[in-house]
Amino acid sequence: MTDFREIEVKDEWFQPRAKSTGKAEVVVRPSLSYWADAWRRLKQNKLAMFGLYFLIFLGLAAILIPMFSSHSVTATDLPNQNKAPSMQHWFGTDEMGRDVFTRTWYGARISLFVGLMAALIDVTIGIIYGGISGYKGGKVDLVMMRIIEILYGLPHLLVVILLLVVMEPSLTTIIIALTITGWVGMARIVRGQVLQIKNYEFVTASKSFGAGTLRIIRKNLLPNTMGPIIVQMTLTVPSAIFAEAFLSFLGLGIQAPFASWGVMANDALPVILSGYWWRLFFPALFIAMTMFAFNVLGDGLQDALDPKLRG
Amino acid sequence: MVNYVIKRFFMMIGTVLIIATLTFFLMHAIPGSPLDSDRTTNPTIQANLEKFYKLDQPLSSQYISYLKSIVTFDFGPSIKKPNESVNSLIGRGFPISFELGMVTILVAVISGVVLGTLAALRHNGVIDYLAMTFAVIGISLPNFILATLLIRIFAGELGWFPAATWQSPMHMVLPTLALATGPMAVIARLTRASMLEVLTQDYIKMAKAKGLTPWKIIVRYALRNAMMPVVTIMGTMLAGILTGTFVIEKIFAIPGMGKYFVESINNRDYPVIMGTTVFYSAFLVFMLFLVDIVYGVLDPRIKLHQKEGDPS
Repeated sequence: MTDFREIEVKDEWFQPRAKSTGKAEVVVRPSLSYWADAWRRLKQNKLAMFGLYFLIFLGLAAILIPMFSSHSVTATDLPNQNKAPSMQHWFGTDEMGRDVFTRTWYGARISLFVGLMAALIDVTIGIIYGGISGYKGGKVDLVMMRIIEILYGLPHLLVVILLLVVMEPSLTTIIIALTITGWVGMARIVRGQVLQIKNYEFVTASKSFGAGTLRIIRKNLLPNTMGPIIVQMTLTVPSAIFAEAFLSFLGLGIQAPFASWGVMANDALPVILSGYWWRLFFPALFIAMTMFAFNVLGDGLQDALDPKLRG
Repeated sequence: MVNYVIKRFFMMIGTVLIIATLTFFLMHAIPGSPLDSDRTTNPTIQANLEKFYKLDQPLSSQYISYLKSIVTFDFGPSIKKPNESVNSLIGRGFPISFELGMVTILVAVISGVVLGTLAALRHNGVIDYLAMTFAVIGISLPNFILATLLIRIFAGELGWFPAATWQSPMHMVLPTLALATGPMAVIARLTRASMLEVLTQDYIKMAKAKGLTPWKIIVRYALRNAMMPVVTIMGTMLAGILTGTFVIEKIFAIPGMGKYFVESINNRDYPVIMGTTVFYSAFLVFMLFLVDIVYGVLDPRIKLHQKEGDPS
């Protein structure tokens, strides 16, 4: 132990510190925005990135392949029915001699279109409904939430089936039927988020600067609810794709001669035990791969967009 | 708790009423009479038929007699199969569908919980990795696709199980497997996630410190708390299994209610559609009601709250 009485106190110890060169304030690395950070973390998730690339590829191919294919989606070619995959027909042909390869990609169009449209409409209605309910609060919220509770209790696919029995089956009908009850989940999420965020200080600050309701919703609330909304969207798309395939499989969806994966699987059902494996295999593979891609991407986004996990 | 049950009970009645009304008006919004067919029938016969099915009465009185038929549980005769009543169709088909559904739930819950727990206990191990790969694939495979693949492989190529109908336990294997895989995967993932969270809690450390065997810790402390999220999704899962029976019964030619429901849709047999829809909805809404009550009973926080409010 040092005896402090013996320490000689020197004057130079008490010189003023050299003037700061100003570098303390310089930002060494650019600060990551929420989205850049989320993207960085998503990129580390290989499975999610595989899902993303697969979906981009699927989307491009679904647009391009039916456009440039030498085979038609609907034209029948009876002498060539149920031909195994060959150079001429890569995925074989069905019972009417139609090319399964072209039909599978056409089915990809239908599936992606239904999935994306359903998700888009769900988001639009969900944001408006959930936003008003959460922002207004009080009695408005109470009434709007009661309505949602009742809708939530309805068996979703039963209502969709009923609607499809009544309306002419078409792509538009399916999308309408799917979104009539589908927006409820999104509205609940948006409402929950808005309810939480509207009490934060930055919203109060915005209000005290005289920002109107619309501006607060647009500038403060919406950007901060985007994470959960996007995650919910990546879950809505595969469930809409599943619903379309399911309904087409029951004969309530896309009508022959047009192709969707559900229709193709349904057509292949009678010949399931015969040797025509390609008729079931390809639509099945594509449905499964697409659902898989959306699911892993959704999982990855959920992790990447969760602010609690931000490292 | 009692208030909650009463409130939920009235909501349940309200939901069934809404579905019944929706079904009724949707069915009557379809242009043309359900009796219109390709054959031209004698006008007298047509009139008599309309009288038999009460289609000649104004809509309001039809609606009232329809509501009465729901309360008395008598949905009248089928239009396409005049010798058969909707009740007898439900009576014949429902037990089979119920059996399929219950076996499916049992398989899905037991194997899902076991798989999820194993995955959580071996976090980031081989079992965890395999179980979660299996779960993602299970969630991505629609049940009707899985069903057709199973028939193709196990009934066609290998010939281990029969491909159709519902007679012996052997017949039940493939349909149950096709229907249970999706819910099982969901349960396995949920159980794993909540189990991982529960295992870090202080009371688990406490139980370990007390020197309890791992088996006791898992079953008595961890699993009980990890089950709560699984109970929450039981409702949506039941709805999924119920609609799943439509396609599964169609694919495996099982003479259950789902098969009649799909047939009635394709035949536009309105009394059967209305009857089965209302029956399905009532059943589902009742099951959701039960799930909610079970949740209330299981959730330790609700019990705690009651004790706090207890004056003694």
